Amino acid sequence: MDTLDPNLDQLVATALAEFAAVSEPARLEDAKARYLGKDGSLTAQLKGLGKLPPEERKTAGAAINVAKAAVETALVARRDALRQAALEVQLAAEALDVTLPGRGQSRGTIHPVMRTLDRIEQLFRSIGFEVADGPEIEADWHNFTALNTPENHPARSMHDTFYLLDGDGKVREDVLLRTHTSPVQIRTMLAHVEKFRHLDRMPEIRVICPGRVYRVDSDATHSPMFHQVEGLWVGEDVSFADLKGVVADFLRRFFESDDLKIRFRPSFFPFTEPSAEIDVAFMHGPMEGRWLEIAGCGMVHPNVLRFGGVDPEKYTGFAFGMGPDRLTMLRYGISDLRLFFDGDLRFLSQFQ
Amino acid sequence: MQFPESWLRALVNPPLSTDELCHLLTMAGLEVEERRPAAADFSSVVVARILTAEKHPDADKLRLCSVDTGEHGVLAIVCGAPNAAAGMLVPCALVGAKLPGLEIKKAKVRGIESFGMLCSARELGLSEDHGGLLPLPADAPIGQDVRRYLNLDDTLITLKLTPNRADCLSLSGIAREVAALTGAPLTLPVVAAVASAHDATRAVVLDAPAACPRYCGRIVRGVDARAATPDWMKQRIERCGIRPISALVDITNYVMLELGQPLHAFDDVQLSGAIHVRYPTAGEQLLLLNEQTVTPGADTALIADEAKALAMAGIMGGEHSGINDATTDLFLESAFFTPDAIAGKARTLGFSSDASYRYERGVDFELQRVAIERATQLILDICGGHPGPVVEAVATSHLPRRDTVRLRSSRAAKVLGIALTPTQIESLLSGLGLACVRDQDGDGDFIVTPPSRRFDIAIEEDLIEELARLHGYDNIPAPPPKAHMAMLPQTESSRMPRDVRQLLADLGYHEVVNFSFVESAWERDFCDNVAPITLANPITSQASVMRSSLIGGLVGNLVANRSRQVDRVRVFEIGRCFRNAATGGPVPGFDQPLRVAGLCAATALPEQWGTTGRPVDFFDVKADVEALLAPAGLRFEKVQHPALHPGRAATVSRDGVVIGVVGELHPRWVQKYELGAAPIVFELELAALLACSLPSYREISRFPAVTRDIALVVGQEQPVQPILDALMSKAATIVRGVELFDVYQGKGLADGKKSLAFRIVMQDTQRTLSDGEVEAAVVELVATAQSAFYAELRK
Repeated sequence: MDTLDPNLDQLVATALAEFAAVSEPARLEDAKARYLGKDGSLTAQLKGLGKLPPEERKTAGAAINVAKAAVETALVARRDALRQAALEVQLAAEALDVTLPGRGQSRGTIHPVMRTLDRIEQLFRSIGFEVADGPEIEADWHNFTALNTPENHPARSMHDTFYLLDGDGKVREDVLLRTHTSPVQIRTMLAHVEKFRHLDRMPEIRVICPGRVYRVDSDATHSPMFHQVEGLWVGEDVSFADLKGVVADFLRRFFESDDLKIRFRPSFFPFTEPSAEIDVAFMHGPMEGRWLEIAGCGMVHPNVLRFGGVDPEKYTGFAFGMGPDRLTMLRYGISDLRLFFDGDLRFLSQFQ
Repeated sequence: MQFPESWLRALVNPPLSTDELCHLLTMAGLEVEERRPAAADFSSVVVARILTAEKHPDADKLRLCSVDTGEHGVLAIVCGAPNAAAGMLVPCALVGAKLPGLEIKKAKVRGIESFGMLCSARELGLSEDHGGLLPLPADAPIGQDVRRYLNLDDTLITLKLTPNRADCLSLSGIAREVAALTGAPLTLPVVAAVASAHDATRAVVLDAPAACPRYCGRIVRGVDARAATPDWMKQRIERCGIRPISALVDITNYVMLELGQPLHAFDDVQLSGAIHVRYPTAGEQLLLLNEQTVTPGADTALIADEAKALAMAGIMGGEHSGINDATTDLFLESAFFTPDAIAGKARTLGFSSDASYRYERGVDFELQRVAIERATQLILDICGGHPGPVVEAVATSHLPRRDTVRLRSSRAAKVLGIALTPTQIESLLSGLGLACVRDQDGDGDFIVTPPSRRFDIAIEEDLIEELARLHGYDNIPAPPPKAHMAMLPQTESSRMPRDVRQLLADLGYHEVVNFSFVESAWERDFCDNVAPITLANPITSQASVMRSSLIGGLVGNLVANRSRQVDRVRVFEIGRCFRNAATGGPVPGFDQPLRVAGLCAATALPEQWGTTGRPVDFFDVKADVEALLAPAGLRFEKVQHPALHPGRAATVSRDGVVIGVVGELHPRWVQKYELGAAPIVFELELAALLACSLPSYREISRFPAVTRDIALVVGQEQPVQPILDALMSKAATIVRGVELFDVYQGKGLADGKKSLAFRIVMQDTQRTLSDGEVEAAVVELVATAQSAFYAELRK
C-alpha cells in the first residue's frame, strides 16, 4: 500500500461489524489480527504514512489514529461482552436450588424442667443467691429430725418415704431417699457456720438448691421421682415481708407477667413458722383466674436454725420449696407430668 | 373435715356470702378444698299429699293420683311408682318445674292428662334411691317448697386441715375461728350438767395414765335404742359425710362433730366390774367393730373391764361390747387419750377412724365432762332413759401442760417485718381466746397461756404465726428484697452443668430425665452389679434398685422410642448414680456421684439429601466426648466393660485419671433388648467435665511453617496412640504437630499390614527453617517409628 486509504471510515465500519459477528473469544482475536495485527490493514495504513508527502502525513496520521482508537475501543468492548456472556453461562450452569434443605447434624434439646431450673437459678443469682447441692440418698437425721419433724410424724411413714434395705434384707432406718430438698438447708447452714466461725458476724446465707426428690406416690399427677427447688435466706434482718417480696418478685419475673396474681395462705410445715402456701392466678390463658398452688414457704423454725448451728435470737431466715415440674407445666402448657420422665423424643424435641 | 355451711352459720353467722366465707377460711389457713351444693339444682317442687291413688284403666303399673299441693290446688297426676298410696306425703314437681336433666310439662299418659310429677329421691338428685316416691314426714307443711322444707339450699364445705389444727375438727372449733376472724358473735350450745336419776356407776381405773390421763364414764339405763334419730340431726351428720346408723350412734357422732370429742357407748349389760384403761397382756386379742381381729401391740392402750378387753382406746370399739337395737342400758365413755399414745396405731392396722384421727392430732383435754353431759342430754331427749352420775378419773400429772409463752412485740416485728402495736396484739390474741397479760417488766411483752384445745402453741413463733394469720398474710407488705450486695464468685476454670447441657444439645443430643431406681436386670447386664442398693418399698419391681450407671436408662429410652417409630435416638442424661462405698460422700456408706451419659443410635446424621445414611460409629461419639472435654488432651484405652463390645470400648482418661467410658453396646444386649443395630454410648463423671483450664497464650510465629507427609506401614493390630506419643516425644523442637490424616489397608500392602499417613508441621518462632533441618527432623521421626514399631516407610 502506498497511498492513504481514502475510505478509513469504511474500514472501521467493517472491523466493528466483524467483531460484532464473532461469538468466540478466539475468533475475536483472529479478527483483531486482521486489523491491528502485524499485517493488519490499519497497521499497514500506519506503515504507509512514511510514503506520503510530509504536508499530508500529519493529517493522515491523525485520521488513522482515530480509526485505530475506534477499532481498539470496539475490541475491548467486545471482549468484555464475550467475557460477560461466558460468565453468565457459567453462573447459570452453577445455579443451585436454594430451597433444598440445609445439611448437617440435627440440634438437640435441653429438658424442659432443666430449662426452668436454669431460669430459676439465673433469676436468683441476679439477687445474690448461690446454688447448693446435696445427696439424694440422705440421712434420716437431715431429712426429718433436723427439720423439726418428730419421730411419729405422718411424713416419716412408709407410705411417703422410700427406704433402703441393708445387706441382710432388713429396712434401714438411718437413711432414705430424700423426700424434699430441705435437708440441703441443714447441710448449707452447718457448712456456712463452720466456714465463718472465726467472724463475729456471720455473712448472710443465700442459696437455692435444685434437685431430684422421691416419694412413694405414682399416678397421673404424682411421680415417684420429681424435682424441687429449695431456697434459703438467713441473716440478721430477714423477715416474712422479705419472703413475700422475694417470692413475688421471682414469680413475676419467671412467668414474665406483671399482672400475675399471687397470694400467701397460712399453712403448716414442721420446719417453718409462720408457714404459707403460695398460690398464683394468671390473668390470661387456659388457667385464667384459677388459684394454683405453686410453693410452700415460711420463716425457718427456730429449732431448724439451731440444728443448723445458727442462733435463732440473732438470725432469722426464710425458706421456700417449689415444684419446678409444675412451673414448667404451667409455662409451656404441658398437661401430663409423666411426659417429663418418659424420654419421648416427640415431646423432648419440641423444646428447641 | 366436711360440714354444711348451715350448721356453721347456726353457731356464728358473719355478714358474708358463701364465697366470702370460704375465702376467709382459706386465707386463715383452713383451706377450703371443695365446696358443693347439698342438693342438685331443681325448682318448683313442693310438699304434696296424695289424696287418692286409683289404678290407670289402660296400664297395670300406672296409677291416677289426685294430689293436694296446697296453694297450687288439687292436681291429677299419673304416677308409676310402686309405693304411691293415698295419704302419703311426697315431693311433687309442678308443671314448669326443672329437675336435674328434665323439665316437667303437662302431658298425656296413656290417654289421661297429668299435671306434674311425683318424685323419687333420685329424680331430685338427692340420692341414688329409685325404689319409689320419696316419703316425707306426716307433719311436712303441704305446699311448701321442698328445697326449703329439706334445707337443700345448703353448701357442703370440705376443709383440708393442716395437722396442727386439730381444734378445727369440730363445728365449734371452726365457729370459734370464724368469730375471731370476723368479730361476729359466737353461739355455742349451752351444756348443763344432767341430774342423775340413780347412783349406779362403774369405777374407772387408769392403769395406763400416760396414754389416758382423763376418763369420764356414765351409766344410762332404760334407753330406747330403736328410737328414730331426728331428721335435723340425721341431716347434719349426713352432710358431714357420716352415715346415720341408729339414734345412739348418731348422737355420739353428732357430739363429736359439734364439740370435737369422740365418744363411745358400751352395752352396759356386757360389762363386768370396773373399767380399766390398760395395756394388753401378751398375745391378747380383740375383735373390733369392723370385724377385724387384732393383737394390739404392747404400747396400745385398751379399754377393759375386769374380765376382758372391750375396745382399742381412742381407735375403735370392740364387737362384743358394742350397742345394738336391743340395748337398754349403756355405759358412755368420754375420754382423753394422748396424741403420742394414738399416733400411727390405726395406720399400722390399715385403717383410720374418726376418733383416732382426732386423738392423734389432739383433742381438748378439758372437754370430756362437757361432752358427756351434752351427749347425755341428747340421749334423754331422743331415746329417753335414766342417767347415773358421771365418774371421772384423772391423772393430772399426765395431762398435757400448757406452759405460758412469752411474746415480745419486738420479736414479732423482726420476724414478720411489720410492727403491730401492743394493743393490736392484745386484741388479736384475745379474740382467739388466748389468755394474755402484759408483762409489766418487758416493753410490749405478753405472757400468753394457750388453751387446752390448742396443741400447736408452745413457743414464741407459734404466737407470731397466729398474729400473722389473724392480721392477714395479705396485709403484710411484700417489699423488694434488700441485702448486703457482694458479687458472687465467678470462676473461669470451672463451668456449670448447664454449659455441659448446652454443649450436648449443640452436638445433637436430647436431654432426658430417667428414674434413679431401675430394674435389677439393668444393673446386672450393664454394670455387672449383682448386689445393688435395694429399695425396701419400691413402686414396682421394675424400679426396685438404685442405678449405678445411667446407661440402662438410656437403653430404655432407645427401646421406648423405637416402639414409637422413632429410630434415630440421640439422648443424654445428667444424674446421680449410687453405689455402696466403704467411706465416701456426705452420707457415709454411699458414693453418689453425678454423671453424664449419652447414647446414639441409627445414622450418624439425620436423614437428609446428599449424604449417605452412614450408621453412627465409635469415632463419631468419641469426637463428641472430645468436644465435651476440649481442649483437654484425652487418652482412650481399650477396656472390658459389661455393657460394651469388648473390641469397641475404651476408657476415657485425662491427666492419667479415668473419667469414664465410651463404646459400642455389647451385641448380647443389642439382641436381648431388640435394638436392631448397636448404639454407641458414653458415660463420664460430671465433676471431670466441670473442670476446665484457662486459655494460655502462645506466641504466633511470623515465619513460614513447613509440612511434610510420611506414610508408615505397621502391623494391623498396632494402635495409633503409642506411635503418636513416640513421635511427639522424640520429635525435634521445631515439630509443632503430628496429625494422623489417613489410614489405609488393602491393595498394595501386605496382608496384616496397614498404612498410617501423618502430616508433620514444623515451624520456628525466630527464623525460617532450612531444608536441611526439616529433612533431618523427618528422618529422625521415621527412625523412631522404625525402631519402636517396626514401621516401614511407605514409598
